[in-house]
Amino acid sequence: MQAITNQSTATRWITVCALNDILPNTGVCALVNDQQVAIFRVGEEDLYAIANYDPFSSAYVLSRGIVGDRNGIPKVASPVYKQNFNLATGECLDNAEVRVPTFSVRVVDQQVQVGSTQL
Amino acid sequence: MAKQNLVVIGNGMVGHKFLDRMIAKGATQNWNLITFCEEPRIAYDRVNLSGFFNGKTEADLTLVEPGFYQDNGVQMYVGDRAIKIDRDHKCVTSANGITISYDKLVLATGSYPFVPPIEGKDAEGTFVYRTICDLEAIAAYAKTCRVGVVIGGGLLGLECANALKNLGLETHVVEFMPRLMPVQVDDAGGLILKREIEAIGVSVHTQKTTTKIVSENGRVHKMTFADDTELQTDMIVFSAGIRPRDDLARDCNLMIGDRGGIVINESCQTSDPDIYAIGECALHQNRIYGLVNPGYVMAGVAADNICGVDSSFDGADISTKLKLLGVDVASFGDAFAKTPGARELTISDAIQGTYKKLVVDETATTLLGGILVGDASAYGSLLQLMHNKTTLPPHPEDLLLPPRSGGENALLRVENFPDTAQICSCNNVSKSDICNAIRDNGLTDLASVKQCTKAGTGCGGCVPLVTDLFKAELKQAGIEVKNHLCQHFAYSRQELYHLVRSSVSSLEESQQIYTFDQLLQRYGQGKGCEICKPAAASILASVWNECILNPPHVGLQDTNDAFLANIQRDGTYSVVPRVPGGEITPDQLIVLGEVAKEFNLYSKITGGQRIDLFGARVDQLPHIWARLIEAGFESGHAYGKALRTVKSCVGSTWCRFGVQDSTSLAIALELRYRGLRAPHKLKSAVSGCTRECAEAQSKDFGIIATEKGWNLYICGNGGMKPQHAQLLAADLDKETLIRYIDRFLMFYIRTANRLERTATWFNKLEGGMEYLQQVIIEDSLGICAELEAEMAHQVATYDCEWKATINDSTKLQRFRHFVNSDQRDPNVIRVEERGQLRPAYEHERQLLTIGQS
Repeated sequence: MQAITNQSTATRWITVCALNDILPNTGVCALVNDQQVAIFRVGEEDLYAIANYDPFSSAYVLSRGIVGDRNGIPKVASPVYKQNFNLATGECLDNAEVRVPTFSVRVVDQQVQVGSTQL
Repeated sequence: MAKQNLVVIGNGMVGHKFLDRMIAKGATQNWNLITFCEEPRIAYDRVNLSGFFNGKTEADLTLVEPGFYQDNGVQMYVGDRAIKIDRDHKCVTSANGITISYDKLVLATGSYPFVPPIEGKDAEGTFVYRTICDLEAIAAYAKTCRVGVVIGGGLLGLECANALKNLGLETHVVEFMPRLMPVQVDDAGGLILKREIEAIGVSVHTQKTTTKIVSENGRVHKMTFADDTELQTDMIVFSAGIRPRDDLARDCNLMIGDRGGIVINESCQTSDPDIYAIGECALHQNRIYGLVNPGYVMAGVAADNICGVDSSFDGADISTKLKLLGVDVASFGDAFAKTPGARELTISDAIQGTYKKLVVDETATTLLGGILVGDASAYGSLLQLMHNKTTLPPHPEDLLLPPRSGGENALLRVENFPDTAQICSCNNVSKSDICNAIRDNGLTDLASVKQCTKAGTGCGGCVPLVTDLFKAELKQAGIEVKNHLCQHFAYSRQELYHLVRSSVSSLEESQQIYTFDQLLQRYGQGKGCEICKPAAASILASVWNECILNPPHVGLQDTNDAFLANIQRDGTYSVVPRVPGGEITPDQLIVLGEVAKEFNLYSKITGGQRIDLFGARVDQLPHIWARLIEAGFESGHAYGKALRTVKSCVGSTWCRFGVQDSTSLAIALELRYRGLRAPHKLKSAVSGCTRECAEAQSKDFGIIATEKGWNLYICGNGGMKPQHAQLLAADLDKETLIRYIDRFLMFYIRTANRLERTATWFNKLEGGMEYLQQVIIEDSLGICAELEAEMAHQVATYDCEWKATINDSTKLQRFRHFVNSDQRDPNVIRVEERGQLRPAYEHERQLLTIGQS
């Protein structure tokens, strides 16, 4: 599954890097309109984008977490205190009350683009 | 209604158990709990006191969880002895002059060691054995002694002999009766026990009446016996029985037994119904119980009665199982066949050093009691047969012998015990209590079972039974006890290690497992997670030793490994270059100072004799390391589950006490094992003499110099649960030492669970140190050549990860905060403290951001 949807025409796509700049199964952090966005490449193809801010440690570090899945749900574990976040929805899998923002992301001509309107 | 005062005099094992029971019953709602504790420390495990000389610390022996009394509002007077009870005004006065009124009073004053009236009994060098203070005094004095004698060959006397032996003394036990442990064991059993104990180097003298203790130059010198023989010794410990501490009760005219002891009824009340007595100070039906278990039962009965619950003390089971000086001894029920018509059945094996006796009724159909020496493994099961009056098989001796034709004796299997069988007698936990706890709470590990039911948390004698019951229960529920790494691998870490390791010798390269993806494809499912990825990364590194930042591995690493630095709370990192053995030149110090200044890093000395530079942003890390590598530094692996440091003292190079060059050895070891990845971090140290300034005994492997070579200690650690390392081998030359460390480390890497440090790993090893000595020294598994070859490969393929990284532009790409900008993380905010920068706390951040906007 890819978190790319046909957003309203208002969505502006901003190119942040080449797909090859993100090693498979790792993440990077991009600066998009002054917001820190963590972009993850899961396997070769799938991309997800969530906020880089880790609400548990109050640090901007989620892009440096380990990517994987829990019961098939793609997720990242915070590198600080190891809480898991659903990459598709931003929900914290270890604390139902916490959720981080998600962003739309797509690949065009091997370039990674982030939608500038937050979902 | 206002709360009433409940005062407990004495905070020994039984006094604590009573408070624990009261708190568990919610009694703090109605009662102010107040306790006087004469000793300077609160309740600790007196039963295992000799462990104090065998690496156990006060913290290991304590019975009270830190903060337990405080959290439950118990008013403590520690180090303050109650000296007077005023029954008319219902108040207690202490030595420090505190007077507290009581509504109910509980006496748990315990007992004192009996010192027989022998001439010279008060000489310098005589001791008793009851409290940690006594032990400390014994330990201090023993330093000046070569020989130690224990007077009294009972249970406590043998415990005490164990303590003296652990202190390195030539140890003798002197017993007045014709055999050891006269209360628990018969003559034949006593003989086997004596032989076994003498075999481990403790001299036993039975049927000896001491007539005189002779001093010379003001110190104990020898003792003489009634048979005109004598024994030279430097110190004497009395362990000739106990006497109830009933003086307080006597002074306030409570009823006292003819030979001492505070008389109690079946509710544990004394002759004053508002005063209870429990434990060794109490006399129930003319009997003093000198064991902890009956005291615990009394504590429960007293707590029940005070809380208005009807329960009674009807005497207690004095069955015991102990390991004394390494020899199992158990005695239960009618051990001396005093029941009319009782018959005995004994098996004595002088070769194995075991003695087993069953006492059965006239018809040989029910078990009445028994004695086990040398091997008490059947104790728990036999006790159950006795308590439940189970009909015995036609050949009761089968219960003591290996099964006649395969298969174990079904009667002894815990599954076949009745539900009411009491499994843990210390805490009165029945079989059904345990089974229900497992079922109702879905417990899947033994620790939770113990925590939940308290079974096995007293003397520990029932732990094998609890374990069997737990396994049987899970099996019945169809639950397999798994130690799968995580949901992605149905294998344990050991199994995965083995799969990767055995793929090395595969002839087809396609069958070799180099990457996580290969491992996942062949043995796993899903995409992996933060549990299995770092574990697999560690295994791959331990086997192949490729750079952990190579493309297939980089995504597996925890953030510390992924950026070769230690993440801090604000998302920046700290940098620790390797300083082998803690030896550093002035020029290197200057470089570290210059780098810290240039990059504005907070600097601190670590516990491992290195320097930690904090506050580096990811983009700064490669620049910092370029400088450090240029100056000859290399990665210190402070970020990895890998060898950290080998600390050292200066040893014989400078120190006037040093007997070997500890610094050179520490440097050699650190350089040999640097970069070695393991299930958890590894720390080491080398001390140049027995003063142990490098604290080697708190390390995963520690080395202490001797006149003749090196002593190797393994499996210690500091941290959350400190544990002393234990001696693996003594007086080794350097080559043998390194060979043993190679084998030890590789064996640990092979067999430990993920994130399991050597101490925890060791505690779970069946067979303990003896087993490890067989594997590492005697090569009992025939794997030492493999282990050494594996280590040789690690040593030969070592490469500094930072050097490999700064020379590789693709690896360097990841060292930036934003993939699309050279900006720094704007949220990293620092404040100055004591001349250095540290991350701002939340409240400071708010002030600073307001100031900026």
